[in-house]
Amino acid sequence: MNRRDSIKALGLAAAGSGLLLGSCGSEKTEEQAVSTSEDKLPGVQDFEHQRNQRLYGDQFFTSHEMATISVLADIIIPADDVSGSATEAGVPEFIEFMAKDVPDYQIPMRGGLKWLDVQSQRRYGHVFIGCDDKQQRQLIDDIAYPSKARPEMQQGVAFFTLMRNLTASGFFTSEMGVKDIGYVGNRPGVWEGVPPDVLEVHGFLEERG
Amino acid sequence: MISYQIKKNQTLYDAVVVGSGAGGGMAGYILANAGLKVLMLEAGPFFDPAKDTLQLRWPWESPRRGASTVRPFGDFDAAYGGWELEGEPYTRASGTEFEWFRARMLGGRTNHWGRISLRMGPDDFKPTDGVTAEWPITYDEVKPYYDRVDRLVGIYGTKEGIHNEPDGIFLKPPKPRLNELYIKRGAEKAGVPVIPGRGSVLTEALPGAEGRGVCFYCGQCSRGCKVYGDFSSSSCLVMPAMATGNLTVIDNAMVREVLTSDEGQATGVSYVNTQDLQEHTVKGKIVILGASACESARLLLNSKSAAHPGGLSNSSGLVGRYLHDSTGASLGGYLPQLLDRKRYNEDGVGAIHIYSPWWLDNKKLGFPRGYHIEYGGGMRMPSYGFLDWVGNINHTVPDKDGQQKEQGGYGISLKEDYRRFYGANVGMAGRGTALAHKNNYCEIDPDKVDKYGIPVLRFHYKWANEEVAQAKHMQETFQSIMHEMGAVITSPIPGPETSYGLEVPGKIIHEGGTTRMGNDPKTSVLNKWSQSHDCHNLFVVDAGPFVQQGDKNLTWTILALSMRTADYILEQRTKLNI
Repeated sequence: MNRRDSIKALGLAAAGSGLLLGSCGSEKTEEQAVSTSEDKLPGVQDFEHQRNQRLYGDQFFTSHEMATISVLADIIIPADDVSGSATEAGVPEFIEFMAKDVPDYQIPMRGGLKWLDVQSQRRYGHVFIGCDDKQQRQLIDDIAYPSKARPEMQQGVAFFTLMRNLTASGFFTSEMGVKDIGYVGNRPGVWEGVPPDVLEVHGFLEERG
Repeated sequence: MISYQIKKNQTLYDAVVVGSGAGGGMAGYILANAGLKVLMLEAGPFFDPAKDTLQLRWPWESPRRGASTVRPFGDFDAAYGGWELEGEPYTRASGTEFEWFRARMLGGRTNHWGRISLRMGPDDFKPTDGVTAEWPITYDEVKPYYDRVDRLVGIYGTKEGIHNEPDGIFLKPPKPRLNELYIKRGAEKAGVPVIPGRGSVLTEALPGAEGRGVCFYCGQCSRGCKVYGDFSSSSCLVMPAMATGNLTVIDNAMVREVLTSDEGQATGVSYVNTQDLQEHTVKGKIVILGASACESARLLLNSKSAAHPGGLSNSSGLVGRYLHDSTGASLGGYLPQLLDRKRYNEDGVGAIHIYSPWWLDNKKLGFPRGYHIEYGGGMRMPSYGFLDWVGNINHTVPDKDGQQKEQGGYGISLKEDYRRFYGANVGMAGRGTALAHKNNYCEIDPDKVDKYGIPVLRFHYKWANEEVAQAKHMQETFQSIMHEMGAVITSPIPGPETSYGLEVPGKIIHEGGTTRMGNDPKTSVLNKWSQSHDCHNLFVVDAGPFVQQGDKNLTWTILALSMRTADYILEQRTKLNI
């Protein structure tokens, strides 16, 4: 079989999955993709699928916690000229899933959200999501920069670092985020080495065939 | 009430093969093609990469975005199994460590392996270091089998003429990625050679390989390949062997013990069906174990009889002894030259594009043998946690406008950092020779059974000073390469407190040595054909027979030795010795 046959065979093998190329099979909205998928993909074991379904069925965060997560996620990754915001990419739902999937996240997340509300209440007389944008930014500025945060803010820094990582994971692995970051692989093709213009920019002229 | 009744299959097979990975698959393939009636037992389910792979899936098709919560290498990885299996424990003697990876599926660990396919060299079979033990066979005796494996399975690479890194019969290698060009340049400045990788991926059509497609460069070999463009035991060996009509596979069959006659000859095996827990026996003229080095040792030790009171093939007391993995240590960083890099598809192949074969003379080093280096990084498919590092190091270079940034942050500026650093990461990992020591071993835990009632393994494994010294050397080499290519190191640099980042034994998934071969039955379990000294119709074809691994990933040698053993079986049958 040559490469053309190979790709043809692949088309047959993938028929029905509709996932061969990014442009097809992506009609589901982000939210459906993260939260309601009941289809078991071929190759996923029964116990894995059952576990996923069970986790989907559970709810860990309260509605207040979810609302706070949503505000934080959009502070971390807001919409810009290139792509939408973390909430538009389904990040809060992803974080809800991860807190059930990795129980070690539960106390740091729940406790961190509570820590944030207590700080906020002390400073501004409101829970975090009840504060105005300026107040929220002030508080976040105290915990978003590990190397300059004051010692008494360390627990907040640890929480925000976790929140930042979960948000970045959730956003840049969503359909919107993958497009944003510019990953253009995961499709059949031929690798012929670094493109000539890139070789030139990086000074690897000897590599040009 | 369940009546306990053993179902006895009265068919007498020419051979019963336990395990369907590289070793079992190859033995089954050769024997079935020679016309023998072969029965293969696999502890896990049937698995066909064409249908069961998660290749070409997107990260958002996993609710955890490919995180490793369930499968150790993430949701899309092909391996069914992992370090811990529900209901199938193992134990470790206090003060020792071992992590045992088991893949329960047709093809075993060949489904998810890195496809890195290196031959052991002349000095690996006959070491000259005065420390490590020699094999009863030479490279020249194995070479014809490596050649046949190359032709049968397919491998890319380049002829380099390096004495202890023997060349094979190669397809064309994939070209290096951009980060790999920087690595090559930096490594060479640091005095470390870099050559094209060697991997079992069909970068070109392989003559005679019917039904296998050519690689289409998705870089996802570890998920399994729909077109069989890489080597998996299932697609390249077991299914073609089934197509001869001579090989039958029973899946979900967990073998309990090898059955023997009063005279001590193997007569077949007993197994439990993992789905309905029905007990079975099957009969074979010969029994071939390819269950993995530790699982085959466990089987032998659990097969006690009057003729074999210490376990089958264990008159030497060495079954389970000389267990060794490979050493492993790694370091990560990023290349400032690759910030804001142009986007294009550089998925390439799923095996290595480049690597550094061992390059030094040990005379001045505090350890025997050596290691090779594998490299990573680049614009890979997004997956869980792939950008976590950015928030830790985004202050280490000025931003686009030349401003010094603060570590961490949020908002549009952080979002831009993620884009800026994506694909600029580089990683390197050493894989080296771990010493086969008699005192590193697995044995039957006297107190514990698994959910099938089969006694489980207890591991005893400690690294020696030589392995720690090797890891220290790896870290120094990695730092020197990073420095020479102008990279910023982003992972903590491990020191003596962590044995220089030396991975726990077992973590590299190169278990071997537990049924070592040798000419003397007192100091070895098998002869040089991987045939039991004590039981002549019993063979082991996984990495159990390895006297001492080199730094070379062991799959290619498992394949070559299994093929050699299968040839020997055919020859001996002709002579009516078995």
